[in-house]
Amino acid sequence: MHDPISAQQEASGHGSGQQHPIGLYLKVWGYLFVLSTLSYLVDYFHVQGILRWTLIVVFMLLKAGLIVSIFMHMAWERLSLIYAILVPPLVLLVLIRIMLIESDYTYWTRAIFLGGGG
Amino acid sequence: MSQLLMEKESHENAPGGMGAIAADWSADQEVFRHTHWGKAMMWIFLLSDTFIFSCFLTSYMVMRASATLPWPNTAEVFALTIGGQSIPLILIAIMTFVLISSSGTMAMAVNFGYRRDRRKTAALMFVTALFGAMFVGMQAFEWTKLIVEEGVRPWGNPMGAPQFGASFFMITGFHGLHVTCGVILLLVVASKVLRGHYDAAGDYSAVEIAGLYWHFVDLVWVFIFAFFYLW
Repeated sequence: MHDPISAQQEASGHGSGQQHPIGLYLKVWGYLFVLSTLSYLVDYFHVQGILRWTLIVVFMLLKAGLIVSIFMHMAWERLSLIYAILVPPLVLLVLIRIMLIESDYTYWTRAIFLGGGG
Repeated sequence: MSQLLMEKESHENAPGGMGAIAADWSADQEVFRHTHWGKAMMWIFLLSDTFIFSCFLTSYMVMRASATLPWPNTAEVFALTIGGQSIPLILIAIMTFVLISSSGTMAMAVNFGYRRDRRKTAALMFVTALFGAMFVGMQAFEWTKLIVEEGVRPWGNPMGAPQFGASFFMITGFHGLHVTCGVILLLVVASKVLRGHYDAAGDYSAVEIAGLYWHFVDLVWVFIFAFFYLW
């Protein structure tokens, strides 16, 4: 019989369940390198406008997804933990939306009433 | 012991999908009982840290969107002259690769931790800490260059919108602080691994928990790189 801690670990799928081959990490590492290079090239080749922002956000989300799911092992966690961690940050989208409206208001206040200063 | 066996059994028979979530949250006991407590706590800490960094990045968005003066061109501000040629953002790109590499070595350290391979785990963690220290060193260089040569201050700069300095020092400073703390944490855990501390306790979770923190630091940098440097 194991000691309680390793039994607990096995119960959480961490004894034998988490032994992924090293190749998986090297592969993800390679992907992250490629994605970083691509996002750097977006700037290097002066891609502008909506295409620039789309590319930056796509590469960013892909990188974030790889790090969270593979490196942080989120892909092998129980759904309860996944949702407890990944759902709350979604409310930030509301904050961003509200603050974007507010900053637009500030910008025009400055432009119209403060003579472009402030 | 029998209770643990029962838990294991109930875990194996646990329903999947939404049923699993309902079962975990309605079980009238700890929701994360299948997860090491330290790991669950680290995840919750990282969640709160997510909100802190999101507040910084959101306030950066507000400052940038409401600035009436033009925002400084980061590609030029962070360019380095190498061999008589100005290469845009090159230092930031190198920093990004260093941090990603440190994440890669850390992921492998965690993997060797699962296998109870003391030496490889410790060695990879020391490599990770070294990459982290390199990152902080390059950041110190970047700050020095910006303050001394470019004259950027939290309240103004010669290139344009005065809000640039405040955003930059706040966001990268707080991230740098996280990296520094991470390096210290890694060194502490790695030396414990090397001394066989976790073999005695039979629990290598500390490596995985330190790994979670380290990957999070890398994750935050992904967002800073995209929004602050590339946008």
